[in-house]
Amino acid sequence: MHALHPARDQALAAAGAPGGSPARPGPADPKTVLEPAEIGRALTRIAHEILERTDGASDVVLLGIPTRGVTLARRLAERIEQVEGHPVPHGSLDITMYRDDLRLRPARALGPTEVPPEGIDGTIVVIVDDVLYSGRTVRAALDALNDLGRPRAVQLAVLIDRGHRELPVRADYVGKNLPTSRQEVVRVLLTEVDGQDAVIIGRAAATEQRSGT
Amino acid sequence: MNRHLISAADLSRDDALLILDTADELARMADRPIKKLPTLRGRTVVNLFFEDSTRTRISFEAAAKRLSADVINFSAKGSSVAKGESLKDTALTLEAMGADAVVIRHSASGAPHRLAGWVRGTVVNAGDGAHEHPTQALLDAFTIRRKFGRPGGEALDGLRVTIVGDVLHSRVARSNVLLLNTLGAEVTLVAPPTLLPVAVGAWPCSVGYDFDAVIPKTDVVMMLRVQQERMKAAYFPSVREYSRRYGLDGTRMAQLPEHAIVMHPGPMNRGVEIAAEVADSPRSTIVEQVANGVSVRMAVLYLLLGGAEAQA
Repeated sequence: MHALHPARDQALAAAGAPGGSPARPGPADPKTVLEPAEIGRALTRIAHEILERTDGASDVVLLGIPTRGVTLARRLAERIEQVEGHPVPHGSLDITMYRDDLRLRPARALGPTEVPPEGIDGTIVVIVDDVLYSGRTVRAALDALNDLGRPRAVQLAVLIDRGHRELPVRADYVGKNLPTSRQEVVRVLLTEVDGQDAVIIGRAAATEQRSGT
Repeated sequence: MNRHLISAADLSRDDALLILDTADELARMADRPIKKLPTLRGRTVVNLFFEDSTRTRISFEAAAKRLSADVINFSAKGSSVAKGESLKDTALTLEAMGADAVVIRHSASGAPHRLAGWVRGTVVNAGDGAHEHPTQALLDAFTIRRKFGRPGGEALDGLRVTIVGDVLHSRVARSNVLLLNTLGAEVTLVAPPTLLPVAVGAWPCSVGYDFDAVIPKTDVVMMLRVQQERMKAAYFPSVREYSRRYGLDGTRMAQLPEHAIVMHPGPMNRGVEIAAEVADSPRSTIVEQVANGVSVRMAVLYLLLGGAEAQA
């Protein structure tokens, strides 16, 4: 499941735009666009922005989308706690059952949904994901949230915004805007999951796109 | 995974673990205010029940509804089957109505297998004769895994499961032996020789006749119902004697290891294979098995119907 996730948004976009030209197979030339220190700085900045925009994050719940969004949500919660001195509830929100492309590929394994025991009613939920691309993941996340409770507000934090939206979705907090072409693949690697911190951009191999998630 | 679920033998270890892990996630949903997912919206599941059933039919119905599928219930009573319609014609009718999945229970072993050849949709075996009942085995495995605190991704390796009673007439026993063996458990069957199938030697399990000898070496005891409605001959001298040798009463339960659990697929014959004090004891997982049934059947329906049709 872990290895399959980076292709999630790419697969969604490919499914949403069947007319798009398929990527040419060939040797990928991955390029690192964010180093560990830059990822750390981006997360620290997002943590501060969340604090500013929510008046001290007193009723904020951070919900990450598996797999890497969960890790990012945990890191943001740690940073906010360091600054404010109070813990921030955080958890995970699996969106698999709410996807709009379920019928396009074989049924996939579910990720964990772990909501803090206090629930999300009346809170400000910040959805956290690694890459914002088509916006379809976020659409599914909003539906999933709807079944969990009624937050006072929902915001979106992403490490990378790579453009190419297919739905009217925008992020409230962005680590880095990364202009890409649809043929490219953006991968976020995190120490807890992948053994290192990096954001890599490469050309999608045709086979990789087809095998997808 | 196959397109149909006919036999527990169709499931590889990875398939079975995927179902159990998916059921684990779905079980958490039972605590939420909204116990419904949109995943199977617009899909039709037909419950085709030629034999009486409470648990299994309601459980499949709840599972399909929680996944937002449309459910059509069919029971042989009050349908054209009473007028002599054949299984094939019934199947073609369902096909014409656009059933995406058919959950079938039938008194004839092999009926789901035949049905799978006639309909385009997915066929799920909900019990066929004395053959198989794969979702019962899955929910039993799920219950065992939870009770022994094994986390997601882990199987049942090393656990000793003893299945006691009317193995001959039991589809639950066959499915459980196959699945539990796939998941790494050591299965022992205990029954009077008259209530064991002829080919039991070919099953992946050991066989014993002395319940008391096996009890101290057991982590899970699964009691089977004595299926008197299927018995056309005398298989044991008297119910009382059966109960004394193969029933689980309080005295026997006390011989079990501290951590052992008692299971029963239901419906129970209290006082025959299981004493009331055992059935109602905290060791018994009988009510839990029913609750887990919904989560496991949701997982099965999601994995068979939720994605694109598997390419051959």
